[in-house]
Amino acid sequence: MATAARKAPAKSKSDGKMGLSAPKPAEFTKDEELAAYRHMLLIRRFEEKAGQLYGMGFIGGFCHLYIGQEAVVTGMKMALIQGDQMITAYRDHGHMLAMELSPRGVMAELTGRRGGLSRGKGGSMHMFSKEKHFYGGHGIVGAQVSLGTGLAFANRYRDNNNVSLTYFGDGAANQGQVYESFNMASLWKLPVIYIIENNRYAMGTSVSRSSAETDFSHRGASFKIPGLQVDGMDVRAVKAAGDLATEWCRAGNGPLILEMQTYRYRGHSMSDPAKYRSKEEVQKMRSEHDPIEQVKARLIEKKWATEDELKTVDKEVRDIVADAAEFAQNDAEPDPSELWTDIVL
Amino acid sequence: MPIEILMPALSPTMEEGNLSKWLKNEGDKVVAGDVIAEIETDKATMEVEAVDEGTLAKIVVPAGTEGVKVNAVIAVLAVDGEDVDKAGEGIGEEPPKAETAAPAPAAAKSEASAPVAAAPRTEIAADPDIPAGTEMVSTTVREALRDAMAEEMRRDGDVFVMGEEVAEYQGAYKITQGLLQEFGPRRVVDTPITEHGFAGVGVGAAMAGLKPIVEFMTFNFAMQAIDQIINSAAKTLYMSGGQMGAPIVFRGPNGAAARVAAQHSQCYAAWYSHIPGLKVVMPYTAADAKGLLKAAIRDPNPVIFLENEILYGHSFDVPKLDDFVLPIGKARIHKTGKDVTIVSFGIGMTYAIKAEAELRGMGIDAEIIDLRTIRPLDLDTVIASVKKTNRLIVVEEGYPQSSVGDHIANQVSQRAFDFLDAPVITIAGKDVPMPYAANLEKLALPNVGEVIEAVKAVTYR
Repeated sequence: MATAARKAPAKSKSDGKMGLSAPKPAEFTKDEELAAYRHMLLIRRFEEKAGQLYGMGFIGGFCHLYIGQEAVVTGMKMALIQGDQMITAYRDHGHMLAMELSPRGVMAELTGRRGGLSRGKGGSMHMFSKEKHFYGGHGIVGAQVSLGTGLAFANRYRDNNNVSLTYFGDGAANQGQVYESFNMASLWKLPVIYIIENNRYAMGTSVSRSSAETDFSHRGASFKIPGLQVDGMDVRAVKAAGDLATEWCRAGNGPLILEMQTYRYRGHSMSDPAKYRSKEEVQKMRSEHDPIEQVKARLIEKKWATEDELKTVDKEVRDIVADAAEFAQNDAEPDPSELWTDIVL
Repeated sequence: MPIEILMPALSPTMEEGNLSKWLKNEGDKVVAGDVIAEIETDKATMEVEAVDEGTLAKIVVPAGTEGVKVNAVIAVLAVDGEDVDKAGEGIGEEPPKAETAAPAPAAAKSEASAPVAAAPRTEIAADPDIPAGTEMVSTTVREALRDAMAEEMRRDGDVFVMGEEVAEYQGAYKITQGLLQEFGPRRVVDTPITEHGFAGVGVGAAMAGLKPIVEFMTFNFAMQAIDQIINSAAKTLYMSGGQMGAPIVFRGPNGAAARVAAQHSQCYAAWYSHIPGLKVVMPYTAADAKGLLKAAIRDPNPVIFLENEILYGHSFDVPKLDDFVLPIGKARIHKTGKDVTIVSFGIGMTYAIKAEAELRGMGIDAEIIDLRTIRPLDLDTVIASVKKTNRLIVVEEGYPQSSVGDHIANQVSQRAFDFLDAPVITIAGKDVPMPYAANLEKLALPNVGEVIEAVKAVTYR
């Protein structure tokens, strides 16, 4: 799939895909399947624990869980090289775990403690790690799209072969600055992959009620940015699309849009009862398309792992999450002097 | 150990709720993600999902119970291998369980009512000495700004300038004249007309370590971009616990030009001065424009650099030095005096200077302070002057409510009340959108007469 971009020259079609077509799901090795299973499970268990700690009052304010969407960040991470950047909005815990930020640091930030990644001053929606090339964690819908385009601008300025993975949702896809950014990214051939995580609901408004064009892979058409629709519940499909997109960007072709068709099982935030969709709809996604169950089924079917071996993975993941939760509940709150630090350098 | 399932808080403000329905019965197997109950919060009916796997051993709070406190035990889960019958023993029988399970972050409550220590003070260095015999070159503000950018771009390859018409057109107000020719299109970047977008691109590039100079054709258009300036540029250093900031300069003409009416004529000094995380610079002279723009480009924080179209063509002496950098956050005493202090900044200085000349003829010796930087504000210099003159006038072109002058008057009344022999008078633009008609525009701006009248009032002449 890495060569697909080159195989498909500018045979511009009227479908907005500019001659590109979605690659077949990647063929995973046993190690890749197991790694994907473990990484997605870590996100799932972490988020469930975060939900629980929210319920206990340890986490305050807004808390947006990533449960159901794990394959998107996991598959994309598998396509990255050292130095590639990631930026997203406020449903960001999964992205941080995928970028290998410490579960303790993330959870302690959720509880607002001094051991948190932002020393307790950012919270669920605002975390960063320059070291791990994770640029946030942004609370304003759509703002991260211009910022992520700026990261790509820096890559191009430095001519460093890195790519900016700029994530946003179907809701943010209607913000004006997204299109301002598309225009500049295409004009200047910036290495940015716009990953639209279409989980079908912008808070409580379904895509059909908020978007005139619901095929988000077409959203770059006015800017000559090709786009692909990807099964965002299948980590292999995401990985294949990620390989194609990173290759496309590194070859100097400019930006690319990947519409990840995904689903969030929980409400928009912890305080959203999600009455705008039926229980059957949620249940159907969970039972038929769950990203983790898909990998699990393949592992068992191919006899690459037994139920017991997977239980061991589950146990190890639970232990990591339990340790993070334990740390996050017992770590001290920030020193009051922190109120005045980090305002200006 | 059996796992206690607690009444969850499901909104930022919820303290208790009603347990409306159980969807699992005692003895049922439960896996993570199963909906086990429904509760009514202060806002909505919410589902409670299981986090752990096991068997629902005991329902402690029956369906239909109202006013269940957050964190009360509502059920008990027996995990693999545990005796379901015994798991729930002794739980739920002692009623005040809810209080003992209260979460930790209660410290905030006791701290909140105590007075909070003030921000630590940072000392700002004085202006560098200009060696005797340094040649002074008459330079326009326009040339000084251009020279500052060119010098910094020569010095640091990470510095680049972007904005509308900055490159091929040579700048809408010719501030970037010649930069494209010297530095090429990689570092002098023409953008589409897309303020919100390119401000964000600039901030993203700064987060990645570059040092952008973002030119707004005028600061009126920066309102399109103000979310990126405030929410992304100014706040990220704090929200990241100091890991990552945005070394970026937003610059361009600010304030009223001439006859361009309401949407193109307003001063943003007070607006941006409100925001922690920003520095706000507004020079008057060419020397200050040059020295402070160089400092702004080197500053690791986002700096708002407010210029003025009318001042672009004014000439001032600029010292001919290889590297003339001035400190951000330090006011300049433009003229010493003993009878009254006139504080101003930017184009406001033109009124102060003309008024001072006339006042001298009336035998009034006024001290003029040019703030140069609006944030951080050099109140020490202002207060030291007030302690000497006992009278204070502030002059600016911005709107009067919540103006820079209002803030200074407030601070002086708190820190030097006993030294004041008269109320502080703030002179600002009138509280109206800028009119187009020549005569009305003149009326809307401050004028020299107002400054003179104010000085006469506070000196009781």
